[in-house]
Amino acid sequence: MTVNETSTNQIDASCRVPLLVLFGGGVFWLVVSSVLAVVASLTFHMPEKFGDCPWLTYGHVQPAADDALLYGFCIPAGLGVALWIFARLGQTPLRGAMVPVVAAHLWHLGVLVGLVGIFAGDSTGFQWLEFPRGGSALLFFAYLLLSLWALMNFSGRRESGLFPSHWFLVAALFWFPWIYSTANILIVGWPVRGVVQAVIAWWFGNNLVFVWTSLVGLGAAFYFLPKFAGRPLQTYFYALFVFWTLIIFGSMRGVPVGAPVPAWLPALSALNSLLLVVPVIAIAVIGWKTVVGAAGQECKGGSFCMIKFGFVSFVLSALMLVASACPYFSRLTQFTWFGAAQTQLQLYGFFAITMFGSIYHILPRVVGIEFAFPKLIRLQHWCAMLGLFGLVAPLVLGGVVQGLKLEDPNVAFAGSTKAMLPLLRVSSLGLFFLLIANLLLALNIFAMIIAWKWSVAKAVFAAVTAPLAKPGVKA
Amino acid sequence: MQLGGAKQVAVLNSSDVYPLNRPGEANQGLQIYRANGCAACHTEQVQQEGVACDVVLTAAGKNPMVVSNLISTLKLKGLTEQEAEAVSGKIAAAGGKVETHIFATGADIARGWGLRHSVAEDFLYDNPVQLGSLRIGPDLAGVGARLPDANWQLLHLYAPRSLVKDSAMPPFRYLFETQKIGGAPSTDALNLSKEFAPPAGYEVVPKPEATELVAYLLSLHADMPLYDAPFTPPTPKK
Repeated sequence: MTVNETSTNQIDASCRVPLLVLFGGGVFWLVVSSVLAVVASLTFHMPEKFGDCPWLTYGHVQPAADDALLYGFCIPAGLGVALWIFARLGQTPLRGAMVPVVAAHLWHLGVLVGLVGIFAGDSTGFQWLEFPRGGSALLFFAYLLLSLWALMNFSGRRESGLFPSHWFLVAALFWFPWIYSTANILIVGWPVRGVVQAVIAWWFGNNLVFVWTSLVGLGAAFYFLPKFAGRPLQTYFYALFVFWTLIIFGSMRGVPVGAPVPAWLPALSALNSLLLVVPVIAIAVIGWKTVVGAAGQECKGGSFCMIKFGFVSFVLSALMLVASACPYFSRLTQFTWFGAAQTQLQLYGFFAITMFGSIYHILPRVVGIEFAFPKLIRLQHWCAMLGLFGLVAPLVLGGVVQGLKLEDPNVAFAGSTKAMLPLLRVSSLGLFFLLIANLLLALNIFAMIIAWKWSVAKAVFAAVTAPLAKPGVKA
Repeated sequence: MQLGGAKQVAVLNSSDVYPLNRPGEANQGLQIYRANGCAACHTEQVQQEGVACDVVLTAAGKNPMVVSNLISTLKLKGLTEQEAEAVSGKIAAAGGKVETHIFATGADIARGWGLRHSVAEDFLYDNPVQLGSLRIGPDLAGVGARLPDANWQLLHLYAPRSLVKDSAMPPFRYLFETQKIGGAPSTDALNLSKEFAPPAGYEVVPKPEATELVAYLLSLHADMPLYDAPFTPPTPKK
């Protein structure tokens, strides 16, 4: 028993510094993202105020907020969680932790370069791919290094069993370099001609925002849910089925219904979106059979609650995706806020909240220090849920209203904006709560990082001064 | 990929080809459009539900009475393609000469955003292609045809609410310069209404970025009838 404990402690400790850099920087960008999102939404309250400074206009701030959330928080947090899950499932400490530490710093530098690029007007102009070359090259190499290290740990694992989490996370390690290099080469590096650019950008955006986050988020959930519920994943074969259907149907969609491209592209896209209902049902069944009625931990506003909440958000978000491919509804909701609401539900409601739950579970174990403000964890979860509801519900409702107005030729365009504005203003309140939630998370994580640095500094100081210390001299 | 190797196509009933590259200034304007993230709020994708046909009599032929009697019994406007063909056949049999005019239908078309839906050809020479995905502001695929006045566009960029009440668009004042009037006022100075005008003795002139952006906006008029998006161009008003 003690041998096992030591080895678990060693495994946790081996991940400590890389995870602190990935999560610490990630949470910093998370706060940056929600500040930017609040600034962007202020445009809907007082558009007049933002005319003198290009850095404050919606077209700069909104993409920056989106990218700070996805590239700044979601991806590094996902990679950190993946590194730890590999090490734990394989019972193998992470070797050469220096490399992922350097890579994590490179990643955060890439995000910084990319965001400054957007504000400086160097955006590529494609959604989710806005970062200019310098930033995207850094991100690509940082990801390669991190995924290489995760794969080395995976292939050298001592526990040879292969778990569903493994499939999802390994696929995600390969997924990003593939889609990111393809999209950057064909759109930014050597641009293809005409609307093919847009087709590639849609394909990429869907593969990153939907497929990648689903792979990593579900990979983490399939690890944590059975652990917390005290019941094995129900079942292995459902998970296998979900894995293949999700990546096959999920990866071949993203072209909107009315796009000015040959009709087979939107048709194929819609078909695959509709077929996604198959893995979504299977995922819901897995969640239900694994969690409901299990005699595991109580949720109590902690990690378990968050991951369950994230799981439900995933099902809702994916159902919205399916709905937005249905024949009439797709025409109604395209170009409206409905799509933006789905993206927020996927990125924040599902992915970020699943990551919060994972981080709250992982960090105290790898650092060996408890959180300084444990009561804030529950408060943070409430703020996040409230904020998410306040953001997504008005946008879904508003999206449908806006769509109905846009469909009606007797309503002037200004009518659709007018109907939408009050709801957009309500959604600012949601963003404000999300900002508070993110600040609460940051508070706990930064306090932990400071406490850890302090303990390291103390240990170093003690080690340096120890041999020379004389009795009576305080070290 | 065929789409990636797309080339210019013929304009229907004409010897012209489409599209032509945008003028240099407009291409620079596209970069301003990209840099300022205009596509975050504006789409360039006009949607179309279908087409409707009007049958128009061009010559009554030898038996004008028969033809006019026949026409009075027939529905001539808002027909489907098959109906239009049938009606044309009947009138032709009676000796009249007809033309079939095709119109795109749908809310976007009715709003005047374009004469047909956007097609891949419209963006052949654009880099980057800025289709957009969210309509916080109106679609811009045909803005150059709808609002062809460069001064209106400049004024609208500088102070949207001076022209469109309740507009949610932020003003782009940083694309303009407020300068002291030295000697004669600049010919480029904006003719702003009182509420938005600079202090006396000053004038607002567009920076090159603003003129380029407007050149791009005015170059947006995807209004050529094509094989994959046919319509009958309206006769020019005299």
